[in-house]
Amino acid sequence: MAVEAPSRTEETRTASPQAPQRAPGFGARVLSRLRRVPMLIWLFLLVPVVFEVFWVFWPALNSFSLSVTRWDGITPAEPVGLQNFVDLWDDPIFRTALENNIIWIIGFGGLSVVIGLALAVALNKPGPMVGLYRSAIFLPMVVSLAVTGLFWRVMYAPDGPMNASLGLVGLESLQRQWLADPDLALYAVLIAAVWRQVGYIMVLYLAGLKSCDESLEEAAAVDGANAWTRFWRIVMPQLKGVHTVVFAVTVIDSLRTFDIVWAMTRGGPYNETQLLSTYMFQQAFTTGNLGYASAISVVIFALAIGFIITYLVRQSRNED
Amino acid sequence: MTTTTTSSRPARAPQVRRRRRPARSPWLHVAMVPLSLLWISPIVFVGFVSIRSFDDIAARGIGALPTSISFEGFITAFEGGGLWRALGNSIAVTAGGVFLSLALSAVAAYALSRFEIPLRKTILLTMLAGNLLPPQILLVPVSAITDSLGIYDTLFALTIVQVGFGIGFYTFVLYGFMRNLPDEVFEAARIDGAGAGKIFWAIVLPLSRPSMAALGALSTTWIFNDLIWAMTVLRTEDKFPITAQLLNMMGGFGSSWNVIAAGALVAAIPTAVVFFIFQKQFVSGLLVGTDK
Repeated sequence: MAVEAPSRTEETRTASPQAPQRAPGFGARVLSRLRRVPMLIWLFLLVPVVFEVFWVFWPALNSFSLSVTRWDGITPAEPVGLQNFVDLWDDPIFRTALENNIIWIIGFGGLSVVIGLALAVALNKPGPMVGLYRSAIFLPMVVSLAVTGLFWRVMYAPDGPMNASLGLVGLESLQRQWLADPDLALYAVLIAAVWRQVGYIMVLYLAGLKSCDESLEEAAAVDGANAWTRFWRIVMPQLKGVHTVVFAVTVIDSLRTFDIVWAMTRGGPYNETQLLSTYMFQQAFTTGNLGYASAISVVIFALAIGFIITYLVRQSRNED
Repeated sequence: MTTTTTSSRPARAPQVRRRRRPARSPWLHVAMVPLSLLWISPIVFVGFVSIRSFDDIAARGIGALPTSISFEGFITAFEGGGLWRALGNSIAVTAGGVFLSLALSAVAAYALSRFEIPLRKTILLTMLAGNLLPPQILLVPVSAITDSLGIYDTLFALTIVQVGFGIGFYTFVLYGFMRNLPDEVFEAARIDGAGAGKIFWAIVLPLSRPSMAALGALSTTWIFNDLIWAMTVLRTEDKFPITAQLLNMMGGFGSSWNVIAAGALVAAIPTAVVFFIFQKQFVSGLLVGTDK
């Protein structure tokens, strides 16, 4: 079909009565380009695009229109203007969720980047056992977030390994009801999430380090720069691209975080571990305030969009 | 794209390795041995809990080490917790979801990468953007749409939703790979009189196998590990995939830690197997878009 297509275009271009009288301008060029793409290819493109539009973009738009309504899912949605957003501002649970989400972005992002980068630097050069260490750090990645949550529920159980280990080294005073303590529960969940994320961040940085120019570091070493200076002055600037991706991915992931919190605390105790995503889910599917829940999801979207664009800009630069 | 850089890397690697490195200080191992053990300790502990009997845990606490082996937890999880059915649901959704996602994104990537589609970069990045959206903004409408189509609470709906959400990312990755396939191959095929469909089937698909494998490994773990979409479009326990079923079990077997631990391990094993078989592809899939 591809062979026939170009020749057929030639024919139509000369023979077609609708051929523009003016010299083939921009429009005609586009048209002839369009004709050169076989029908089958249009089909190849359209089916997935329509699929994604129907299941992703159309629902996303719907969320925006739902966010200005009050809807229980049964009776018709009732438009309420921006009332949902006003209510959100006065909703103490929403505020807790927003604060927790900020703590989550900083704590989860910060810890996993610092530990992941440190491990990547330590395990960058091949050597005996290094592969084994990498696998150990990476292993939690294969466990789903929901199952990670269950693993750590076992760890944090009142008579579980966490408290038992503290007792073993004589730190009984630090023993806690980790997931039932309103002040600690969020951080307990956060540690579990970091445990799983570090391997991912490490892999990203390991790849970044691999593409760093080694001769620069060697030259600096010859000039007498110590390892610390070399890392900050030579290696870190070369990792700029990875930093951007890690930063965007971490924030986007933080705003999506749901599974692990749902598996460990469901937002409790007393809504102290509520994140925007868990509160949204609870409002939508437990309480049935679908309009209010949509308003929360619009807030999540608004917080995420800047980072999504950052990521996309970086990717589009890769395409050039 | 990483998938292509990895193939150019081996040429450089041996050169680097040949250079003699100074002996490493033992401090790396002093720090890394305990850290690695600490890192896998949650998995080991859950393993310990899963092979202890309920009475033993009740008597000596969850933190104690096992003194005997009992498969009570696994047996209860499978028989009373409906793990077989949940595992079957997960596998069905994952198999269907991975196949459909890869099929649809392969044809889209082929169209975008090898033909002069106007605005192709915009289309590509928009598709990718769809995958980056927070799922929360889709949950309520998706649940309503599946309901109005009469497919709410079916595994079919879950599969379709997974495919719709994943397609953008897979298309983006495959586009990067297919764009870099050598033009000569296409020229030769065209001269032989092969049409667009034939070229896709006989040339592009076989050549794309490495990146398809990477995405296959990645999407298998993503779909298998999903919880939020399952909770959005499913209501009946019979249809729950393993992640949702495990959380459900927490309600019924909340105090039987050995059952919970056994169930959690069972849910982690399939993705762990995929990971160890396809480790290289999996890692290269994760790296997509981070190289310069």
